[in-house]
Amino acid sequence: MTAAVHPLLKAKRRKSALRTLAFLSPWIIGFSVFFVYPLVSTVYFSFMKYNGINAPTWVGGKNWSYVFTDYPFFWPALRNTLWLVVVMVTLRVLFGLGIGLLITKIKTGAGFFRTAFYLPYLAPPVAATMAFVFLLNPGTGPVNHLLGDVGLPTPGWFTDPHWSKPALTMLAVWGIGDLMVIFMAALLDVPKEQYEAAELDGAGPWHRFRFVTLPNISPIVMFAVVTGVIQTMQYYTQPLVAGKVASGVIGNSGQQVEPGYPDKSTLTLPQLVYERGFQRFDYGSACVIALVLFVLSMAFTALLLRRNGFLSAED
Amino acid sequence: MSRLTKAAAAVAATAAISLLASACTGQSSGSANDDASKDVTITFWHGWTAPNELKAINDNVARFEKAHPNIHVKVQGNITDDKINQALRAGGSKAPDVVSSFTTDNVGQFCSSGSMADLAPFLAKDKIDPAATFPKPMLEYTQFDGKRCTLPLLGDAYGLYYNKKAFAAAGITAPPKTLSEFKADAVKLTKTKGDSYSQLGYMPNFHGYESTTTHLAAQWGVKYFDANGKSQVAKDPGFTAMFNWQQDMVKSLGGFGKLEKYRNTFGDEFGAKNPLQTGQVAMGIDGEWRLGMAKDAGMNDLGVAPFPVPDDQASTYGKGYLSGTIIGIANTSSKKNAAWELVKFMTTDTDAVVSFANAIHNVPSTLAALKSPKLDADPGFKTFLDIAQNPDSTTTPPSINGGAYQLTLQDFGYAYESGKSKNLSSGLQGVDTQVDKDIAQAK
Repeated sequence: MTAAVHPLLKAKRRKSALRTLAFLSPWIIGFSVFFVYPLVSTVYFSFMKYNGINAPTWVGGKNWSYVFTDYPFFWPALRNTLWLVVVMVTLRVLFGLGIGLLITKIKTGAGFFRTAFYLPYLAPPVAATMAFVFLLNPGTGPVNHLLGDVGLPTPGWFTDPHWSKPALTMLAVWGIGDLMVIFMAALLDVPKEQYEAAELDGAGPWHRFRFVTLPNISPIVMFAVVTGVIQTMQYYTQPLVAGKVASGVIGNSGQQVEPGYPDKSTLTLPQLVYERGFQRFDYGSACVIALVLFVLSMAFTALLLRRNGFLSAED
Repeated sequence: MSRLTKAAAAVAATAAISLLASACTGQSSGSANDDASKDVTITFWHGWTAPNELKAINDNVARFEKAHPNIHVKVQGNITDDKINQALRAGGSKAPDVVSSFTTDNVGQFCSSGSMADLAPFLAKDKIDPAATFPKPMLEYTQFDGKRCTLPLLGDAYGLYYNKKAFAAAGITAPPKTLSEFKADAVKLTKTKGDSYSQLGYMPNFHGYESTTTHLAAQWGVKYFDANGKSQVAKDPGFTAMFNWQQDMVKSLGGFGKLEKYRNTFGDEFGAKNPLQTGQVAMGIDGEWRLGMAKDAGMNDLGVAPFPVPDDQASTYGKGYLSGTIIGIANTSSKKNAAWELVKFMTTDTDAVVSFANAIHNVPSTLAALKSPKLDADPGFKTFLDIAQNPDSTTTPPSINGGAYQLTLQDFGYAYESGKSKNLSSGLQGVDTQVDKDIAQAK
């Protein structure tokens, strides 16, 4: 038996709920239009044949089976994307933190080094990638000339499938300015008293970093990793430009150009979404790949947050 | 679930469903009931960017506007196929009425999707017989599955470029006509320097700019699809012969790794440091545009000839791979009749075709223009005109998913030449299987 609710109380509750809804409505509208709608559409179109002209028709799981079993570029692109997520994100965070630590310790000339390390981040991605491809050209690039002069091996870099992803990682690490600034701000925010207390307790540099610095900046590290994973999942411009420039085959507009040169090693999932969706106009299979990206991003993020205690059951 | 949560979910679901419904209505196509004799402005998109090309196309448009004072043309250059495809779907007042593309690869997509208007009714209305107006290969690559949604707007023919000084120095008196002569000349013209080359006779690797699988396969007169539309590269002996020939060339000229390292020293294909223009390579396959580019780069020692043919097909010497620019009318256009007037002028008016061909050094795309006395008399250019008219010259056929089948074959070519794929026969069968799967997905 439930106690009858007084009509006045009922009206008050309704009014309160409406007020809450009114305050939330900007977010609800934005969330619905820019997240729920695209997501629902993507799921819907992944089961349809749709070329952007004729009305969509239901094809069931055909697009899914094509992408997973018949589309030759999907698995190489997925492997490349995961490789970049693991290696590139790790190195970017380590280098960003390392450079941030160095610069906060420098007594003189810190402004110069801050600027020097931040500037590459401002370079347009296409120009920076082209510059790297020319610098690392195995035949004419200065890097291999220098390596050869001192008797070191001269890799094929962007022309060798084994070296193309490391070369892309070098490019990403070169543009570390964004993470460096974030880490510097976090490092400068660590209370000095904690270092002094640790020092009085006999803690050396490593222990001060391990037990004072790291716990204080761990939310920032987590932010850097999570945003890094999401950005790398969307990695498009640099591998596309590197592959096209290094292959030497620029191609006329619309001409068939090999994706992911050399040997599909620079192919990433976002390139496939564009190829399927906006070159082949097979929106169905493009949506399947987009959903794979979405699920992977969500899984990585949830895993990272949960493992590091940012997503506990109490939350 | 609280009332608030329910309300939020309801709002989100309503927004999602309503927007989804609005997105799924498809495109409506414009009809051809506009009056082309009234004052009208149409939009024309093309991909040319070089100053001489832009001048040529603008001059042609100006001639059209003079002949049709009521039709004004808004010209937009530097347009890629991706942009064209997206605009053909988007429609709207700013979308193009007439579009041209540099490649024939996407004709199958344009025609099968319905993004380009069927030109057959317009041709019939003006009593233009395509077969009597355009060369046969060009007619083939501008239609798909019996639907003619584009017309040829100049063409490209591929032939052999050779360095006359290098030939003279090696004692070679005439360009090779068969592939065995070609191999002997290429070896003779190759000069090694340390672990590389000071001059390479020919760059056989498939990344060597225009030495692609499709351009070379045309010399064997290959057929990509059978009567049922199934891929048949494993069955057509021409493909096997082409790959065997290419492998033999790679081995004879130093091996894949050494050649690939040398290839990385080449300048841009469309820049002044193209290896044919710098003398790094003595022979190469390329389109007729190289003539003008080489002259612009100060290279006047390049000779041209048809690309050699297999020894057992010596009688077909003179043929080559053909391609070209295409033009059509957007199906979303509400000014199709006016748009057709421009398309008709650009593709069938002999003076317009000849002057445009002369200006940008492309092959004219009508039978009348090919015979015109006003056509550029340069002997090098004449070689390409002959290749374009050779009955054995071929092109890559249009397909429902554009040039995806060419990409699959090309991809196998890269794997085979590098040694990643070792079995040619099973590799070509794999190409057939993949091409058929991709076409099934597109249907």
